[in-house]
Amino acid sequence: MTLVVSIAFGLLSLAALLTLVRLVRGPSTLDRILALDMLLVLILAGVCVEMAMSQRSLNVALLLSVALLAFVGSLCAVKLAERREEYQ
Amino acid sequence: MTVRDTISAVLLLTGTALCLLGALGLLRFPDLLTRLQAATKTQTFGLLLVLAGAAVRLEPRYAAALVLVALFQVITAPVLSQLFGKAGYRTGAVQRPAMEVDELDERLRAEGGQAD
Repeated sequence: MTLVVSIAFGLLSLAALLTLVRLVRGPSTLDRILALDMLLVLILAGVCVEMAMSQRSLNVALLLSVALLAFVGSLCAVKLAERREEYQ
Repeated sequence: MTVRDTISAVLLLTGTALCLLGALGLLRFPDLLTRLQAATKTQTFGLLLVLAGAAVRLEPRYAAALVLVALFQVITAPVLSQLFGKAGYRTGAVQRPAMEVDELDERLRAEGGQAD
């Protein structure tokens, strides 16, 4: 199981790295918001892997709150980006 | 390793590999709409697999909360992707000449209104 968890964390880290490249490169604000959203999903997946490893459920509340925050945050950011581009 | 561990390992590895594929798509695809596809698929299917992998190894009463997270993701991912697509269309992040079919444009011309 330790090996499996290590591989899973490695894959997730690589995914986060690729997402960070997209976050830096853009090109539009919406691409960046999408990359940030993806990063939060990768964090959720990482917390899940940690829970599977330790077999304890201390992080369920963290999981729920991050999922909620990711949704509301992305929603507001998209609306804001849309409106800002409109008025330019 | 028990049977539960094996099932959990397969689910976790498939899910994280799908997350990596989604990130690769996010990096490599040329357009906001295609990147949206990669990100949304990771959000729904990849995360569902990882959640299932964690739920197999946890006690059943804790796994119920994971079902809640999964349900929430399945509901919110399409809403977000819809919003992203619409905002991209309005702000010009979507390459309209690259589209085969642009049904929204046809509808907007017919109705003479704004996309909202």
